[in-house]
Formats: sequence, C-alpha cells, structure tokens
Amino acid sequence: MKILVCISNVPDTTTKITFNSEQTEFNTSGVQFVINPYDEIALTRAIEITEKDGGTVTVLHVGEASADPTIRKALAMGAHDAIRVNAAPRDAWFVANQISNVANGAGYDLILMGRESIDHNGSQMAALVGELMNIPSISICKSLTLEGNKATVDREIEGGKEVAIVETPFIASASEGMAEPRIPNMRGIMSARTKPLNVVEAVAVDTLSEIISYDTPKGRGQVTLVEADNTDKLVELLHTEAKVI
Amino acid sequence: MATDRFIAPDYYLLDELLTEEHKLIRDSARAWVKKEVSPIIEDACQKAEFPKHLIKGLAEVGAFGPYIPVEYGGGGLDQISYGLIMQELERGDSGIRSTASVQSSLVMYPIYTYGSEEQRKKFLPKLASGEWMGCFGLTEPDHGSNPGGMVTNIKDDGDHVILNGAKMWISNSPFAQVAVVWAKDEEGVIRGLIVERGMEGFTTPETHNKWSLRASATGELVFDNVRVPKENILPNVKGLKGPLGCLNSARFGISWGAIGAAMDCYDSALRYSKERQQFGRPIGGFQLQQKKLAEMITEITKAQLLTWRLGVLKNENRATPAQISMAKRNNVNMALEIAREARQIHGGMGITGEYPIMRHMMNLESVITYEGTHDIHLLITGMDVTGENAFT
Repeated sequence: MKILVCISNVPDTTTKITFNSEQTEFNTSGVQFVINPYDEIALTRAIEITEKDGGTVTVLHVGEASADPTIRKALAMGAHDAIRVNAAPRDAWFVANQISNVANGAGYDLILMGRESIDHNGSQMAALVGELMNIPSISICKSLTLEGNKATVDREIEGGKEVAIVETPFIASASEGMAEPRIPNMRGIMSARTKPLNVVEAVAVDTLSEIISYDTPKGRGQVTLVEADNTDKLVELLHTEAKVI
Repeated sequence: MATDRFIAPDYYLLDELLTEEHKLIRDSARAWVKKEVSPIIEDACQKAEFPKHLIKGLAEVGAFGPYIPVEYGGGGLDQISYGLIMQELERGDSGIRSTASVQSSLVMYPIYTYGSEEQRKKFLPKLASGEWMGCFGLTEPDHGSNPGGMVTNIKDDGDHVILNGAKMWISNSPFAQVAVVWAKDEEGVIRGLIVERGMEGFTTPETHNKWSLRASATGELVFDNVRVPKENILPNVKGLKGPLGCLNSARFGISWGAIGAAMDCYDSALRYSKERQQFGRPIGGFQLQQKKLAEMITEITKAQLLTWRLGVLKNENRATPAQISMAKRNNVNMALEIAREARQIHGGMGITGEYPIMRHMMNLESVITYEGTHDIHLLITGMDVTGENAFT
C-alpha cells in the first residue's frame, strides 16, 4: 500500500490570533505552528495501515521552508519520506493543483488528509484533488478499513453515519475517530533526522480567490437577564437593543 | 483532576534558543504527560501508588538515558534534550521525574561512565527500554549530607565481595531489578557495585506514609552478607567522585525539572486568577495577585535562562559542579516559592486535588532536600567563591 498524506502547517490551537495593522495578514511572530490536527489523524491512520499491511507513507506539504519542523514531526511520527512543494499556499485551488501534480502518475493507492485545516477551515481539498485527479473522493470519514484494494469507510452525516465501500485509488478526508493521533517517540524523532524530505518547485497555477481582510470575532456583550414571565420586557429589548425584531 | 489545560510560559521567547529537534522532543514529552500522566497522577498520589504502567511510555519518550549513546540503547541526545524531558515530566509530577532521573543519571550514567564494556552491554539496553528499573544507594540512615562517612562496606571473598550495610531514601528501590550501590572496601575506599534483585541477603523494604513524592516508590536497601560477584564492581572509579559525578548529572536534570513544576503552578494560578471573580471582577485584576503572578513569571524566566546556559556549558563539558549546584538550589527554591504563592491565589481550592498546586508543593519539599540539600548547595557556592570550606 502506497499512501500519500497531505498535511497543513497551522497555528497551535492555543495561539492568540492577531493581524497586521491593515488586517490583511496573520501575525506569525511568536506563534508555534503544528500539524493540522485533522491531518494528524489521517497521518496516524496511514501509519497504522502500513504497520499492519506493509507499504509506505509519504507526507506532502505545500508551503515554505518554515514548515520543515512540522514535516519533521510527521516523519518522527512514522511517515517514511516527505515532499514539500516550495510555495506559499495561496488558495485552495492553487494547493489542490500542486497536490494533484505531485500525485498524478506517482502510483499512490490512497491519498489521505484531514477534513479541513483549523486555520482557514475551507474543507475543499479532498473534493478538489479528487476532481483534478479523476478519482473517488470521500469526505469526513470517521473510520477507514482496508481489505485488499477495497476500503470501507464510515462517514459522518447529519444525525447519523453512512457506510461506503470504495476501491483504490481514492482520496479520503479524516475526521475525529479515524485514529488517535500519535505522539512521536524518541526513536521516531531520531530516525526522522535522516528520512528524505524532498523539495520540489511549484507548477504555475492561477489563484481563484484573494483574501481581502481578516477580523476577529466580536467580544461577548453584556448579558441582560429578564424574568421568565416578563415577555413584554423581552420583546421591548429585542426591538430596541438587540434590534432583531 | 480537571482537564489539563497547561500552556507553557515562554516570556522571553526562549524557544528561539532551542533547535527544532529540542522542541520536538520537548513537545512530544509534553503531549505524553498531558495524555498519560495528568489524568491519573492525582489519584496515584492520593493512593500513594507508583503508576508502573507509565514505565513503557517513559522509555518511549526518551526519559531513560536520553544522553547515553544509541549503541547502548540510549537516545544519543544532548544535555538540553535531557533537561527538557525532565522539565516536562516534572510539570506532570516530581515523582515521575524522580523515577526517570534515577534511572538516567544515577543508574545508567554510572554504568556507562564507570562500568566495563560487559556491564554496559548487559545492563544499559534493558534499563533504556524500561525492562529493568534501577535505583541508587548512597544515603544511609546516619550519613546524608556527609556521604563520605558511610558505613556500608565490602569485604573480599575470592571472586566475590561480601556486602553489608543499609541505604535509605532510595527512589525506585521497592521495584528495582538493579541497584548501583556505593560501599567502602577494606581500605576504606568507596567503590560502586551493581547489586541485582535475587541476590541472597538483599532486601528492599518500602518507606510508607510519605507526604511527598507519593506517586514515586521509595524504600531502603538492606544488605545482609550479600555475595556480589566482582564482575559487578564498577571498575573505572574509586572514591567519592564516583557518586558525586552521578549527582552532578541528576542535579542538572532537577534544575530543569523544577522549572516544570513552577510552570504548572504559575499556569494554573494565572488561569484561575482570570476566571475567579470576587468583588465583581477577576481576582487577576487586583494588585496583590498581580504582584504574585508578575514575580512568578520573572523568576521562571530567570530560571529558564539559567538552565539553558547551563545546558550549553554541559554540552561543551564545561559545566562545573558548583554551577550545577547553583542552578539546582535556585530553581528548586524558586519552584517551591511559586507553589506556595500559587496556592494562595487559588484560595481554598488550592488545597484540593482539583488543582496540582498542593501536590507540587509537597513534592518540592523532597526535591529541595534530596540530591544535596538547599543549605549544602549554598555551602558549595560559598566554598567556590571564597575558597574556604564551611562544611565541617
């Protein structure tokens, strides 16, 4: 089984988010970056599959050299080698094209990634890459088991789950439950020193979207408590203060 | 215990002084502590039980002999890596860090540094994997700060020596397979021996009713005419410098570990001060609480700088025993003071097992005493700067 796992490099979940004065760029100073947690789940599942059935796990990241520590962590977790497409990940279309360019013709049986990155939360990548490569793409999988070239996946759907069967090659995006993210051990960290991290240049692709500005959520407002039987007061406040009716 | 929401303070962006590998090692140990130690440690302490099931994980995160060469099962890592692992373990609990310190610095270090090649090959890989646990016997009932006065002794018996005596305050002793024991030979010279569980006359009674390091097993080592093969004597060291070399390594680790305990207390106190409301606003908004928190982060930052520099010196083999004493003394005292102040910020909640404060505080009362007491380390610094011996 030859598996490609796509990972994003995202701010740690405890990061205090700030932007530059024009609100156009995320302020990365002092921010610790980590493997996108959903991608970590996908990577762990890929490693589990190859540990059981044999094969290789290649990690793919579209980004600049500043992401190399994140890629090394993926190698320390147990991936066999890594590819970094040397370009800033400008938008989903750009990244999807870079992934499909690397994966096309490379013989991967399975391409895994997280359901979304926890920074931009686009949730588009698995579908975009599937379309570009013309292979099946299954999103938001809670489990994935392989029997030969057939995979059974449980998908999270509104109010329940869906069970699907798909043949390799295909793409799946991972959600919580597919695997318990693995903590690198010392042997893994030591072996990651010498695992290959191949840097390739990006192919020329137009971006289809442009980020104009960022803003953080407004702070919570004051809470006004209204007695349960005082509906007149509630209606008045909804009219005059909340201005929602 | 409540969910572990620890966020490590790094006020001076000291992460920039670390390599990417240092950070990966540290973050992995931190993640492991959050996942494996935090959920069970309060219960283990309350029950005074060493959580033996953590041994395998401790070995995997590199807590056992991280700086021992790879060919002997160690990690082949540098001293800062060792320090960072100790920091993260003690962030969880001083008792867990103690178990790792003993295994690394007091058992694997002497076997690697003073042992024969056969001893290294026989013991180190099993100690690195956690298959065997070790302990270190130096302190005796009547000889703590004065180890040179020890009465434990060996007498020649052909291809064996006969070992008699007793050691106490020995971390890991109740379950250790091997003990590195220091004893005087017939000429009164201190020698190191590897005593193995099962040798006739060797027992390890457990010390009960501790109010400190409750999640770490402590006991005695009792030797009643134990016949130890001469091949178990550490051939490459004689005299007090043998055990003191081990203590140097352990004290270095403790100086990092104490920062972990301090960081946990500070982090908990900072969060609590923002969440706890009195007089209509968070208590973190009051000057007296801010004074405590500001002084805590100042002291933690100073201690972080101290240990980082000490780590650089130790990597270059330039750290002196006196420099290590200064770091151990300063940082453990710093952590204990922070634990006490953090307990006050938590108010009554600070005495409960809902928060880690009281556990850290009680643990640190041991840490400030073992591996050279607070006072003895002061005398080491005093002698170093004046040239005058004030010990005796």
